[in-house]
Amino acid sequence: MDTTPIFSGKTRSSFLDKSIEKTKTRSDQISLSAFAFLFSEIIQYCENRVQLTSEMQSKLAEIGYNVGQRIVDLMLIREKNFRREIRLINMLIFVRSKVWTMLFGKEADKLEQANDDKNTYYIIERESIVNKFISVPKDKKNINCAAFVGGIIEAILNECNFPAKISVHWHEGTTYMIKFRDSVIERDKLLEK
Amino acid sequence: MSKQANKNSIETKKINSDLFVLTYGAIVAQLVKECDNAEEINKQLDKMGYNIGLRLIEDYLSKTQMTRCHDFKDVAERIQNAFRIYLGFAPTITNWSAAQDEFSILIDYNPLTEFVELPDHLSNLRYCNLLCGVIRGALEMVQIDVQVYFLQDYLRGDQTTELRVRFMKKIEDVLPRNDD
Repeated sequence: MDTTPIFSGKTRSSFLDKSIEKTKTRSDQISLSAFAFLFSEIIQYCENRVQLTSEMQSKLAEIGYNVGQRIVDLMLIREKNFRREIRLINMLIFVRSKVWTMLFGKEADKLEQANDDKNTYYIIERESIVNKFISVPKDKKNINCAAFVGGIIEAILNECNFPAKISVHWHEGTTYMIKFRDSVIERDKLLEK
Repeated sequence: MSKQANKNSIETKKINSDLFVLTYGAIVAQLVKECDNAEEINKQLDKMGYNIGLRLIEDYLSKTQMTRCHDFKDVAERIQNAFRIYLGFAPTITNWSAAQDEFSILIDYNPLTEFVELPDHLSNLRYCNLLCGVIRGALEMVQIDVQVYFLQDYLRGDQTTELRVRFMKKIEDVLPRNDD
């Protein structure tokens, strides 16, 4: 008999009583279609609630932020034994590889620093899973549903104390532009010494 | 176009379940923020589920190559199967009514409710109401009109989660519906 949680018995267990570690009984994979259907409903919901397309992106980002805040706790506990990154570059690599692998099953394609700005980094993804099933209407070309993922990443960076703003662009696929606050760069310089 | 789907290898593409679960949580949280009361949230979740169901049924039929259901028992079986394909677990089908037109879906382990705790002021919220809409919407597309509602909800202090599905009628002619 396996240990699938069966909710019988008198006392009701709170989710806090359960282990956060992955167990064999919990399947850690779920159908991509289920996610795609849900995500498209989210987009439609956002679309119905806003007037401007830019508002829609920020709404998607807001929902993504909510996800990111929770993902980061899960990740730090499961994968890093509560250790946080303190160096900027390590943090970015963590996002590019670990976070991306956890969320989408593969690393992000590229991580680059802007030539002209030391605060700005790019994470580039040729084929984003959230954009895969979406055909953007011609009159709304600048919409990018990856704003949702942008929100997740922004939450992760903020929660790890690397405050940054993230914007999403169509460039070589999907590009997430990460703009760190000056304080982050200054702190990183101090750590270098 | 006519790719033959092997019955045993239904759906190979997967995604991390935490992402799915947390995304669902985030949309519920967003609804909590933007709707006035729990009833409205339930309605919105049901509507979203219904929209999903309308499209999910095609995905399901093309993946499984299922033929028509002969009776309501068949329907229950397929729903169980759909749960397995899309959410990765098989619920228990039970509590058939004498006339065989009503059954319950028992969900002991619900991935959607992982990490979820309902605050007291939202005790009327049906967290998984989306599922009701999905089932209703999907069955409507195969000309079966059903009513789906929660009998028990684990998140609200019940021992388990129980969805009741009731057969209403066969839809003879599909009239064009107004989308709203």
